[in-house]
Amino acid sequence: MSPTPEIVFAGTNGDALTEIADYEAVGGFQALAKSRALTPDDVIAELNASNLRGRGGAFFPTGRKWSFVPKPDKIDKPHYLVINADESEPGTFKDREIMLRVPFRFLEGSLIAAHAIESKHIFIYIRGEYEAEFEVLVAALEQMRAKSLLGDVTIVVHRGAGAYICGEETALLESLEGRRGLPRTKPPFPAIAGLYASPTAVNNVESITAATTVMEIGGAEYAKLGVENSTGTRVFSLSGNVVNGGNYELPHGYPLRDLINELGGGIADGRSLKAVIPGGSSTVILTADEANRVTLDFDSLVDAGTAIGSAAVIVLDDRCCMVQLAVRVSQFYEHESCGKCTPCRVGTKWLTTILQKIEDGRGTQADMDLLVSVAERINGKCLCPLGDSDAIAVMSYFDKFRDEFQAHIDEGGCPFHGESSLDHLLAPVAMHIALPEGKAIDGLINV
Amino acid sequence: MSTLSLYDEIQEVRARYPESLSAVMPALQLAQERSGGWLPEQAFRDVADALDLTPAYCLSIASFYDMFRLEPVGETVIEVCTNISCGLKGAQQVLEAFESELGLKAGDTTDEFTLRTVECLGGCGWATIVAVNNRHRLHVQAGDVSRIVAELRGIEWKERDEPDA
Repeated sequence: MSPTPEIVFAGTNGDALTEIADYEAVGGFQALAKSRALTPDDVIAELNASNLRGRGGAFFPTGRKWSFVPKPDKIDKPHYLVINADESEPGTFKDREIMLRVPFRFLEGSLIAAHAIESKHIFIYIRGEYEAEFEVLVAALEQMRAKSLLGDVTIVVHRGAGAYICGEETALLESLEGRRGLPRTKPPFPAIAGLYASPTAVNNVESITAATTVMEIGGAEYAKLGVENSTGTRVFSLSGNVVNGGNYELPHGYPLRDLINELGGGIADGRSLKAVIPGGSSTVILTADEANRVTLDFDSLVDAGTAIGSAAVIVLDDRCCMVQLAVRVSQFYEHESCGKCTPCRVGTKWLTTILQKIEDGRGTQADMDLLVSVAERINGKCLCPLGDSDAIAVMSYFDKFRDEFQAHIDEGGCPFHGESSLDHLLAPVAMHIALPEGKAIDGLINV
Repeated sequence: MSTLSLYDEIQEVRARYPESLSAVMPALQLAQERSGGWLPEQAFRDVADALDLTPAYCLSIASFYDMFRLEPVGETVIEVCTNISCGLKGAQQVLEAFESELGLKAGDTTDEFTLRTVECLGGCGWATIVAVNNRHRLHVQAGDVSRIVAELRGIEWKERDEPDA
């Protein structure tokens, strides 16, 4: 199956469009002019016709999300558009390439969205680690301001400071308001009471960028791409044990095996495929057999018991120990848990502890049951899905590769005997200063 | 760095937001830049003063986010991603190469270097990702580490003669 012409990356020829003249030369800002000539309702109708669904992970219809923002005469508060550029789901690196290579298409989409929800204030919350991307956006905005393209809309690029949880929309809003990034209870949903308790739409970078194309070619035309329920293209982040990792923009419905074998160049080092994590580290793992059958769209992956998530495809070859994988994934969620909900704060730590015990050869049969029990006590019991993500991911490795977990118990240690690709992988550690004994540091606060 | 005082620079940032509390993260970022890459006690007093907050509140924000440092860092901060995708491509070997080249353990800081492991930096398909003072290097392999460290130390790098495999 051959890939579709590019939509998100159209006109780049593999390069970056960071000069405004180059972007205009490929039709840039025509969609914005067209949208501003339409009423907000007409723009939303076009998005609904496209059936564009959110690219951050939840796959919620973008047009419908915008339509939930009340009309200005209903709530007497400013409207806000917040762009979630806090890409941090392990395996995902598409939004950064979008911001680096097509910053204007992304910013044009932001202005279109602001028009649709009748907002004059846009905040782009970009993860702190994306410094080069931040600079590209700031430079692009300068060029747009010089051409008065923003009109009466203000755009503030707000840098995060290293917290996975801030990708969750209500935690992001808390963070943007100047607080610790703790998720809120819902309802109220952000559309009614979001940023500063005002009507707010929160959209992912890729969704917003695709909205530009929707307005450029029309919703009906966009809906012809992809498959039913999953229209358009998607930027898939391919990583792990493949020859050619990277981002690939493909129509939804593309076979996963073709992404791995044809575009990705197959499994690296002459190894064989063991499993695939299809949509970011939070999603249920697929065995090699399952991976060879699915296509990359919402329905196919739901039918296979998993999810398209953030479209981050992580390929694992036969050297990967599933218990080590579970340990490292669980360490991540434990580290990133904000601590607000007890089942997540305590449960993720317990999952890591039990998994590490099994990996180290100290596990017993009772630990296998305890693992399941802890996972069940996290699932569905928190304000946000962070804890669930740990439980669901780890349980999927446990369910599909149970023999391997059992072998750790039976053999009293890892059956890979140090040959696994994830052997002794070190998670983030606390920082400390190598100072001579007794030497104090000025201004250091002990916390 | 701006020629404005920290206080004035924070006021500029503050004006971008409808509510001044929103400026606390960017203000802490500015303060950290001016304090050698970390936040000593005085930085919290300065940010608090500029935004009409308490130093304790500012510390409560800084302690939540990984990129705010509550301890001094070396002139060069080297961060190796050891999440799954980088791990599958040899991040542990890259980390160990940095440890041996620098004579440090992950988490250690000297005047010259801080070496640490971090969670996913968002470059999974270009593993292993190593951030050097927040700039990401892609496709780093253990064999690249000596050259990178020499470059960071300002030493001219001569490729060693490798015996034919």
